[in-house]
Order: sequence, then C-alpha cells, then structure tokens
Amino acid sequence: MKGLFTGVFAIFWKDILSELRTKEIATSVLVFALLVVVIFNFAFESGADTIGLVAPGILWVAFAFAGMLGLNRAFATEKENSSLEGLMLCPVERHVIYLGKLAGSFTFMLIVEAIITPIFLVLFNLPVCMPRLGIIIVLATLGFTSVGTLFSALSANTKARDIMLPILFLPIIVPVMIAAVKATGLVLDGGTWGDISTWLQIIIAFDVIFLVVSLLVFEFVIEE
Amino acid sequence: MGESGLSSTTWAIEAYGLAKSFGNTRALAGIDLKVRKGDHLTVFGPNGAGKTTLIKLLSTLTKPSGGSALLDGLDIREAPGQIRSRLGVVSHSTFLYNNLTVSENLRFYGRMYGVTNLEQRIREVISQVQLESRLHDQVGTLSRGMKQRVAIARAVLHDPLIMLLDEPDTGLDPHAIMMMRDVLEPFTSGERTVVMTTHNLERGIEFADQVVILHEGRVAYQASGQEIDTASFRETYDRCIGMSI
Amino acid sequence: MGEKNIVRSNILLGLGFALMTAALYLVFIFAPTEEAMGQIQRIFYFHVSMAWVAFLAFFVVFICSILYLWKRAIKWDTIARFSAELGIVFTTLVLITGPIWAKPVWGVWWIWEPRLTATLVLWLIYIAYLLVRSYAAEASRGARFAAVLGIVGFIDVPIVYLSIHLWRTHHPPALVSDLVPSMLLPLLVSVAAFTVLYIILITRSISLSNLEAEVRQLKDARANQRRS
Repeated sequence: MKGLFTGVFAIFWKDILSELRTKEIATSVLVFALLVVVIFNFAFESGADTIGLVAPGILWVAFAFAGMLGLNRAFATEKENSSLEGLMLCPVERHVIYLGKLAGSFTFMLIVEAIITPIFLVLFNLPVCMPRLGIIIVLATLGFTSVGTLFSALSANTKARDIMLPILFLPIIVPVMIAAVKATGLVLDGGTWGDISTWLQIIIAFDVIFLVVSLLVFEFVIEE
Repeated sequence: MGESGLSSTTWAIEAYGLAKSFGNTRALAGIDLKVRKGDHLTVFGPNGAGKTTLIKLLSTLTKPSGGSALLDGLDIREAPGQIRSRLGVVSHSTFLYNNLTVSENLRFYGRMYGVTNLEQRIREVISQVQLESRLHDQVGTLSRGMKQRVAIARAVLHDPLIMLLDEPDTGLDPHAIMMMRDVLEPFTSGERTVVMTTHNLERGIEFADQVVILHEGRVAYQASGQEIDTASFRETYDRCIGMSI
Repeated sequence: MGEKNIVRSNILLGLGFALMTAALYLVFIFAPTEEAMGQIQRIFYFHVSMAWVAFLAFFVVFICSILYLWKRAIKWDTIARFSAELGIVFTTLVLITGPIWAKPVWGVWWIWEPRLTATLVLWLIYIAYLLVRSYAAEASRGARFAAVLGIVGFIDVPIVYLSIHLWRTHHPPALVSDLVPSMLLPLLVSVAAFTVLYIILITRSISLSNLEAEVRQLKDARANQRRS
C-alpha cells in the first residue's frame, strides 16, 4: 500500500514539476478553452433569453475539448525519450502508472477549470453558485480524465494519436457530458441539491465504473 | 538488495526455447542461453535479428509467446516485479525527461525503485559518471553523450544485480563512446552480470566472457571464454549472418 | 473443413433459408396491416430483428474481448473482429430503417430520442473499434487495443442509454407484450431468422479466416524450404 502511494505520488510530482517549468499544457489548454467559449458565443448568438439554454453546453464543450488537448500531451511527453518504457521497467504494478498519470491530468484540468469557470460566469452574466457547480465539475472531470487517461495511453501507441483520442474518447464520455450539462443548467437556474441528485448519481456511477475498468485494462494498453 | 543473496542458483540468466512472435512474424524462434553470475555476454547480430526483442523479453517489457526464461532464478512470467527490481537497463533511448533536471530525473526513478538513502546515492552515482557540475541542469540542455551518462546513472541507482545494455553506443560520437566506456567500466566489473547488444565487433569481443550471434531470430553462433575465436571473429560473424543472403 | 462441419453448415443454411422464407411470408402476407401507421409498419419486424442481432453481435464482441485479454488465443480476437463488423452492418441497417419508418409516422426523419441516440452512439463506438485496429502499429497491439474498446464500449452502452433516457423522456416505445398474437408471431420468426443469419455469417467468416491463415502458413513453409 505504501509502495502504491509512493509510486503514484512520484509520477504525479514529476508531471507537476515538468509542467511548472514549461507551463506547456496549462497555457495551451487554458487558451483553447477560452477560445471555445468565445467562438461558441458567436455560433449561438447568445442573447439574454437564450443564455440559460446554451451556456452549460458551451462550458462543457470547452472543458471536454480542452481536456482532450491536455490528455493528448500527457502521454506524448512519455514518448519523448521512450520514458514510458523507463516507467514500465520500474518495479511497480501497471496501475500505479495509470493512477499517477490520472492524478496529474486531473489536477491540471481542475486548475484550468478553476480559472475558466469564473471568467465564463462573468462573460455570460450568470450567478455564482459555487458549491454545487464545483462538485459537478470535480466529479465530471474525474469521470472524463479517468477514461481519457486510458485512451491517451492507447492512442499514444497508435500511428495517428491526434485523431484516435477524440474518436475513442468522445462517444464514451457521452453520459458524463449529458449529466454534467443538465446538472449545470439546473444549478444555473437556481436548482437545489435535490434537483441535481439524479445527475450526480449518474456521474458518480460513471466515475466508479470506469475507474475500475480502466485500472483492470490499463496493463493491456501499455504493454508492448 | 539484501534478498538477492538468497537465491543459490549459479546462473544469472537462463533461457529455454525462448520465442516471440508479433502476429505472423517471428522475432525470436526459440533460443537457449545461460549466463553465469558475474559474466558478460555480448549479443551480436544485424538489425532485425531479434536482439532488442531478447532484451525486451528479459526485461519483462514484453511477454514471450513460447519457452521460458529465468533471471536470478525467477521466472519472467511469474515474478516480473521482482525481476525488474534486480535489473538496470541502458538502451539507445535514455528514458529521461528533458524538462527535468538531472537530479530531478534521478530522484524520480530512485523513488520508483524504492531506493533508500536516495540523496546520498544520487551524489554517489553522479560523481561516478562525472557529471556533478551538471546536476541541476535540465536534461534537455545536455549533449547526447552526457544524457547517456545520466541514463547509466539512472540504471545503476538501485544497485541492480543484472545490467542489460541495448546498443548503448548508438548515436554517440567516438569521443563520447570512449567516455561512456570508461564510465561504464566500474559498474560492469565485479559481481554484476551484464548483457550487451552491439554492432561494434571489437568493442563487443573485448567486453565479453561469452558471445552469441543472432540471425533471423536464431542463435547462429555461441561461444564462451577461450573458445571465442577472437582473431578471426569478423569472418565468423560474416559467415553467420551472410549464410542465407 | 471436416465432413461433419460441412453437414452442420448445410443444416444451418437450410434452417436459415426456411426461417427467412417463413419470416417474409409472415411479415408481408400473414401479419395484419397496422391501423394507424399502415403498410410502413411492416418494416418494424425487420428493424427490431436487426437491432436484436446488432446487440447480440456486440455482446459477443464483449465476451470474446475479455477472453482474448485473458487467454491470448487468436481465435477470440478473430471472432470479436468479425462480430464487430457484423454488428456495425446491422446497426447501420437499423439506423437506415429507423428513419424510413419514422418519416411517415412521426413526420420527421430523426428525433433525438433515447433509443435512436443511444444506437447512434453505439455505432460510433464500434466504428472507433475498427479504426483503432487499423491505426495500431502492429496487428497484435491492434487486437489488444480493440479488445479494450470492446469491453469499455459495451459497459458504456447502458449508461449512455440511461443518461439519454433521463435527458429526453419522450415517446414510450411499444413493448413486445402489447403486440397482438398475429403481429408477435411474425416478429419472433423474423428475430429467429436474423439470429440464424448472424450465426451463418460469423461461422463463415471464421472458417474463411482460418483458411487464410492456413494458406499463409503453407506459403511460409514453402519459402523456408526453398531457402534451405
């Protein structure tokens, strides 16, 4: 158990250190997410009356697309000097590598979302309803980064990794996207915990199921 | 590595009919090998002969499709984790992170291997590869030769019982090769068993107690100690790999 | 192929032919014309049968994917691959017959209704399943990646359905138990006919791929002989 935590933390900390130095992933993901918000604003011509309808969708499309960009980088850096091979030579179980990479991607995404969400709320003149929106964001992000980490490792080992990740990732995360968009919409309309509980349950079920499944199959994805 | 003393077997590496195919192509067609503890084995062979596949099988990166292999008495199928903690691998890729400094890289790998007294150990190995002055530089700023020396430091951090060197000279200039050879010397002498793959015949022969020439996934030549015909090895090699051209 | 296998596959073919003929008769002649929807409703029998076969095919992919990762025997991968291809063909047919039926009845080609939307997502997942194979560096790796997607994708389907269902509670679909016997019989026979068709197609493709492997082996052996 101690070995598990040390390994996961070592990988997580290495990714954080590397990111602090280059700020490569965070900056590109952040700028990209902002651009999506702005572009979609034009696409939907969001006047005051339609904002409530389109805003949650815009927010989650921005997070999903930006997340994909970050997830793609997560294993691309491991390919640079074949360091993924170096990781696999370490005397740790394969799921330690999965959890370490997941912890990194999850943290990066949360940081980006913590910056984008307030900007988004201000741009669309929406009420700040933090605790509920915060929980939705944390749970849904865990869901799509857990699937995304698995598929990022998979697509990093294919010939067309930039194309493979979205093709694999987007259809699978449909349930989280639906639940997150719906719950966000309800919260922005002043919904209570009771109103969003069904959607939160779906997100939590997705999180648990795909964390377990990803842990079980990750080994087959990175093995040579 | 206190537990390594427990296994009483005299062989560091044993392979019996070890085979690997990728789909319909056979990379290794069943090879037998035995390397005594402390011995040096050099594996020669042209590209595609199966050298890298052999190293990947021994380092548990890939699973055999037939046969078996034991490292320090442990089966590669049954105890890959324990085997990995006894192995140090230097390949033509460095496995290092360019954005991290030399010390951060070593600290990361040290933690992954559960090295005790890590800071002291890092100082030790970095002085052995003569890169103390570059300890806090990012790996990306180092020359190819220096990176390879950091890679050696990375591979010996946990004091492995067996070292696998997969074409460690690739991409280095002659000076860097000389330098690396000197640096590698103390790590490969003594108790440690070493398997090296290379194209460089002179260097490989000089290094080896035992040589193997692989061709098309089979052992084409095998000799150890005095039996190695050092004088006419170039001809032997050409004969082995030229047979079926 | 052994004598026994040929007999067995001929019996299967005969059964498939008989069932398919019976289904055609029952659907187009025996079954009464539905009052509200008219003739177009007859597409329902095939639509439902193909949806069932598609689901069966993807279930086979799921099971064979688990078996492949566990046992690493190539036969499981072969079955999974052909089953996925058949599943995609049938899902495509479902997605085509659906709108043909929907246009005269609902007045629109497509609505974002749970069953339709979930089927579309399902179709996309298994298209990705085929793509991941062709983009993998080696065939063995592609087989492993596909198996992972075969598992993840199948587990995802009920969650997709549930979430879309909650998102769009709309159009309660007719249940089999509501059907009058004169409509239930054609449906059941048609489902049986399509199931047998699936079994015929999958066994044919597997034996074809076995023959391919045999030919390749013979060629390799020949090439080796010539060399030595």
